[in-house]
Amino acid sequence: MADFLLAAAGFVLATVALGLVRVLWGPGEVDRIMAAQLLGTGGIAALLLWGEAMNLAAAVDVALTLALLAAFISVAFVKASTRSEADEA
Amino acid sequence: MASDLGLAVLILGVSVWTIAARDTFAAVVGFIAYGLLLALVWVRLAAPDVALTEAALGSGLTGGLLLSASTRLRRGEITAFGDKPPATSRLAAAVICIPVAAGVAEVVLLLPEPPPTLAASAAANMPSTGLGNPVTAVLMAYRAIDTLLEVVVVLIALLGVWSLASDRVWGGLPGLRYRPDPDSPLTFIAQLLVPVGILLGIHIFWIGSVAPGGEFQGATIIAAMWILTMLAGLADAPAVSRRGLRLLLVAGPAAFIAIGLLGFAMTGAFLGYPPDYAKLLILAIEVPLTLSIAGMLGLLVAGPPRRRMER
Amino acid sequence: MTLALDALTILAVSSGAVFFLAGTVGLLRFPDALSRLHALTKADNLGLGLIVFGLLFQMKGPSAALKLVSVWLLALLAGATVAQLIAHAARPGEPRQ
Repeated sequence: MADFLLAAAGFVLATVALGLVRVLWGPGEVDRIMAAQLLGTGGIAALLLWGEAMNLAAAVDVALTLALLAAFISVAFVKASTRSEADEA
Repeated sequence: MASDLGLAVLILGVSVWTIAARDTFAAVVGFIAYGLLLALVWVRLAAPDVALTEAALGSGLTGGLLLSASTRLRRGEITAFGDKPPATSRLAAAVICIPVAAGVAEVVLLLPEPPPTLAASAAANMPSTGLGNPVTAVLMAYRAIDTLLEVVVVLIALLGVWSLASDRVWGGLPGLRYRPDPDSPLTFIAQLLVPVGILLGIHIFWIGSVAPGGEFQGATIIAAMWILTMLAGLADAPAVSRRGLRLLLVAGPAAFIAIGLLGFAMTGAFLGYPPDYAKLLILAIEVPLTLSIAGMLGLLVAGPPRRRMER
Repeated sequence: MTLALDALTILAVSSGAVFFLAGTVGLLRFPDALSRLHALTKADNLGLGLIVFGLLFQMKGPSAALKLVSVWLLALLAGATVAQLIAHAARPGEPRQ
């Protein structure tokens, strides 16, 4: 079971790597903003699988933190990328 | 393991891309991606405390800092595109960087096996600190002086950031005012995630005494939630000259130093803890410290004052 | 009993991984940014849900299982709302309803 979970985590990370190549290539900023979401979801999946395979209970805490921070970073990306006069009072 | 090798190659690829990226925003995205991947590596190496710090502080908060810097640089970026440093300075940079990198690689490869470690004595002395997490024991008991100095350094850095304000807005409000938009998904995100985030931050801080976590990671999560509230326009940044804010920022280091001096009276050493009261003293340091660090980090990302205080 | 639980885990985690692959394929093949965002958000979050579902069978107690589900809920809520935000950033001219 542990080997299977490790292999599944590796597979998920491989799909994330492929997606990352596409997302970082862009062009344009909207694509790059998606990198945070891609890494967030894929990273959480890998962390949960590793946590169970390596018997590491703290991996779930890291996954929770990652979920929150990926959202925060995505918001920061969007705000940084679409600065308009309307935002500033 | 093949997937571990793949992860290492991915990280190398992302870091090369980050350096090669032509515009600042792309480079910051690459840096944040690199940080998140590194957090995954730390978990794979069974170091969840470092993973939490890397994800929260190294990637999330530093990423926020770099993003606000990149937006400031945006205006001058178009004109800077055409400028390339002359070939001689690039050659000089290569001549300096390549031997340094080779030296670091050689040192890492020649590390003694098994590596010299104090882990056994750290674990053996943990019961006297009342803690269950060896990393927290090192940070708050064995090497508490380092943690104290780190926090003071962050505070001094914040003062440095504040000193960048022009005379006209000295002591005013940092950052720009974001107008709240009640129909926007951003407002919904802020109202939904911020309470959850604050709870998570408190949870990570609290379990740091027995499981991976601690005040730095918890404080960073709380700071990120505060920044999110400011970005959504639901709260405005406080003026940096407000006394309450300054008291909050100083409370953590002050408590740390006070308990350190108390250690003189109780054990004859700065930051010494008598074994029966160790856990209580550490807690007395950690609670104000978490609040102070959260304030410091949030204000660091908010930046130097840009608006005058309303009278 | 454990054999049945293990089989369920393997089944669910495998389907989750397949959905992650589908999400990446969508990311690589779809022509414009909004459909790529759609593929990323929907497929990856569904994949994550299936993986969490599969791991539930391996959990030793209700609190651990609850924590796992809360990770998925957080990721789902955060992902869905952030996708709306990114989509609006991609098409700033559209009037919001």
